[in-house]
Amino acid sequence: MDFLTLIQILDSSVRLATPLLLACLAGLFSERAGIFDIGLEGKMLAAAMFSAATAAITGNVWLGLLAGIGASMFLSIIHGLASITFRGNQLISGVAINFLAAGITVLVAQDWFSQGGRTPQLSGAGRFEGFDLPFADSLGSVPIFGPTYSELVSGHSILVYIAFLAVPATWYVLFRTRFGLRLRAVGENPAAVDTAGVSVVGLRYAAVAICGVLCGIAGAYLATALQAGFVKDMTAGRGFIALAALIFAKWRPWSALWTCLLFGFLQAIALRFQNIDLGVITVPVQLMDALPYILVVVILAGVGGKAIPPRAGGEPYVKER
Amino acid sequence: MTAPAIELKGISKAFGPVQANKDISIRVMPGTIHGIIGENGAGKSTLMSILYGFYKADAGEVFISGNRTEIPDSQAAIAAGIGMVFQHFKLVENFTVLENIILGAEDGALLRPSLAKARKSLLELEQEYDLKVDPDAVIEEIGVGMQQRVEILKALYRQANILILDEPTGVLTPAEADQLFRILGRLKDEGKTIILITHKLREIMDITDTVSVMRRGEMTATVKTSETSPEHLAELMVGRKVLLRVDKTPAQPGNVVLDVQNLRVRDEQGVERLKGIDLQVRAGEILGIAGVAGNGQSELLEVLGGYATGTGTITLNGQPIDLTGKNSDGRSRRANGIAHVPEDRQREGLIMDFSAWENTAFGYHHDPRYASGILMNNAAIKADTQEKMDRFDVRPPHPHLAAKNFSGGNQQKIVLAREIERNPDLLLVGQPTRGVDIGAIEFIHQQIVALRDQGKAVLLVSVELEEILGLADRVAVMFDGQIMGTRAATDTDEKELGLLMAGVTA
Repeated sequence: MDFLTLIQILDSSVRLATPLLLACLAGLFSERAGIFDIGLEGKMLAAAMFSAATAAITGNVWLGLLAGIGASMFLSIIHGLASITFRGNQLISGVAINFLAAGITVLVAQDWFSQGGRTPQLSGAGRFEGFDLPFADSLGSVPIFGPTYSELVSGHSILVYIAFLAVPATWYVLFRTRFGLRLRAVGENPAAVDTAGVSVVGLRYAAVAICGVLCGIAGAYLATALQAGFVKDMTAGRGFIALAALIFAKWRPWSALWTCLLFGFLQAIALRFQNIDLGVITVPVQLMDALPYILVVVILAGVGGKAIPPRAGGEPYVKER
Repeated sequence: MTAPAIELKGISKAFGPVQANKDISIRVMPGTIHGIIGENGAGKSTLMSILYGFYKADAGEVFISGNRTEIPDSQAAIAAGIGMVFQHFKLVENFTVLENIILGAEDGALLRPSLAKARKSLLELEQEYDLKVDPDAVIEEIGVGMQQRVEILKALYRQANILILDEPTGVLTPAEADQLFRILGRLKDEGKTIILITHKLREIMDITDTVSVMRRGEMTATVKTSETSPEHLAELMVGRKVLLRVDKTPAQPGNVVLDVQNLRVRDEQGVERLKGIDLQVRAGEILGIAGVAGNGQSELLEVLGGYATGTGTITLNGQPIDLTGKNSDGRSRRANGIAHVPEDRQREGLIMDFSAWENTAFGYHHDPRYASGILMNNAAIKADTQEKMDRFDVRPPHPHLAAKNFSGGNQQKIVLAREIERNPDLLLVGQPTRGVDIGAIEFIHQQIVALRDQGKAVLLVSVELEEILGLADRVAVMFDGQIMGTRAATDTDEKELGLLMAGVTA
């Protein structure tokens, strides 16, 4: 494998890791506040459909992004109502959101565009194009650094940079701000927050809302940057992979970054090398495609150390009698 | 005359059909320690939760320093200078002490300046009140005594002038409790007002200035502590005369029933928790095991009760008992004639969501009276439970009620009835009266003594030294997995036992 191939695979890893990373951080906010969210998948899917549809209709990808965030937020608020206000079961609510999104996206897309549940192909201003960072061209000829910078670091869509900047931002918010302290506290012991005179409900809704925004960006990225339009079930389990990554990262932002990059890398390899010939045997493409999902199972089986979730996670907060 | 620090007028609160507080009025003068005593479920905690804005009263008014104050939420209570230390601490376990202290009382959107400021005030508070804590320690890694100090510091950091403590000594060792009382004395000297909720008469007598007694949601009396006696308070609490001392005749010890030689137990981490225990319990005597919690008493009960394994020799009435293998489980122990009232009745003694009659059958499912083949004879179990409940005065006497709906004392009676009525040769009892109200304590102690008088052997484990001294005939003190010494209960006192509990041998 030559250097340029490696750079291209890594470049592809970054692109594929982006939606995972956004969804993973979305889950991180929600779960750190004690609201388990297996509806990441559904929120991304809804965001993908509505962003692609809006971008297709208006021709403006930024309006598409807003629509995607709006759709995801709407589902987030449903999840918040079910699990915070009405103290319902968070897993059931999440499952319901996934089903709802899987059905309604195709239905709406078919109703609006009559293209078999797809949205029209996006192009031009209807899509997030990659943009070059300064000096990408002029530095391209410098050995090693040049291609690394111009191919790997530069040339992604704005959402990729947002996703990667969201990592230090998340870390900072969680561990260096008042909001972060309270958010982490409410996921560990909401009674401590309540007796300290801070609203448990308010904090949890804030966390769920942030989760909605990030999932919205993730979905919009899928349909308007990574691909050029929405197709049925295009999230392909990314929401669940993001959840597994979150567990493997032990609910920490920086670890989430590395884990998502690992998943992105596996997907990139599967895309790049269809059948890998190892001389003795040929690894079929199906196995390569399945790798990220196999890794999910391995992670959930507890490889990589014991992951301790936020202690109040999944439990609705009820004042004790 | 100065205005009371707190005055409550006509507070009422109902939870559904249960009237938790009925028209309660109380005045707490500034700079005093005011005790509120009452049995479990008397409404003490509800009243204080109303004061702290946790619940909203159905009727009544609150005056703080003479001013009528609305307390709709905890934020308002904190603003009014009220701090509360709950029975179950409200701390974030994986946060540091400092983070817990600033939570909700941060100075700005960023943490760094808040933490720095809190660190400084913590040092000042530490010096002012002699409250030592390590600001960077993580809560789950410090002991309960220290955690409680963090709770007190949390309140003081929020400028609390009135401190409410709900059953603060329930989780503390005697030494830690003494330290807490010293701190409370110090706070009082500095002009703070303290409300101490408890059901322990001794604490009330020791440190309060005034005491209010609650019974079934009503305030029955408020008296000066110096003008009352434990007997009088107990009567006010329970509504009848209560015997505070255990009434028993000297023991008539018979043959050795339980003989333990060189018992060793390792925990899951491989740490040796019992380091060669030798002890004997005779028929017709109560051997009390005293010690600070966590010195191996629990492991001793677990091995004898059949849910931990160990090495050594144990005989019951001369017959050896297996310490490992298939004949070392709880069912085998029961077959051997060992009954067990576990230390933690809510986790080990009962299934809280199951009804009283189901709980009564636990461990004795194979009893032919309860079952034939694979079928349970539920009607027989229910009838038996009903009789047990009547005999043990369990209130309310409804076999269908879930275990969690009974008070601590009545839960304990259900467990005790199940175990004692099996007519065991040896009864293991752990913390028989933890979280149990005075009226029930008297009854439970009487039952244990009655079993002894039938010539049975009783092994009693309790962290309450008073209980050990009152109930046991002989006292063995455990420290660090070993028995430091054994004394006749009549020949020793709290001071001598306290030294042994600390590992000091004369």
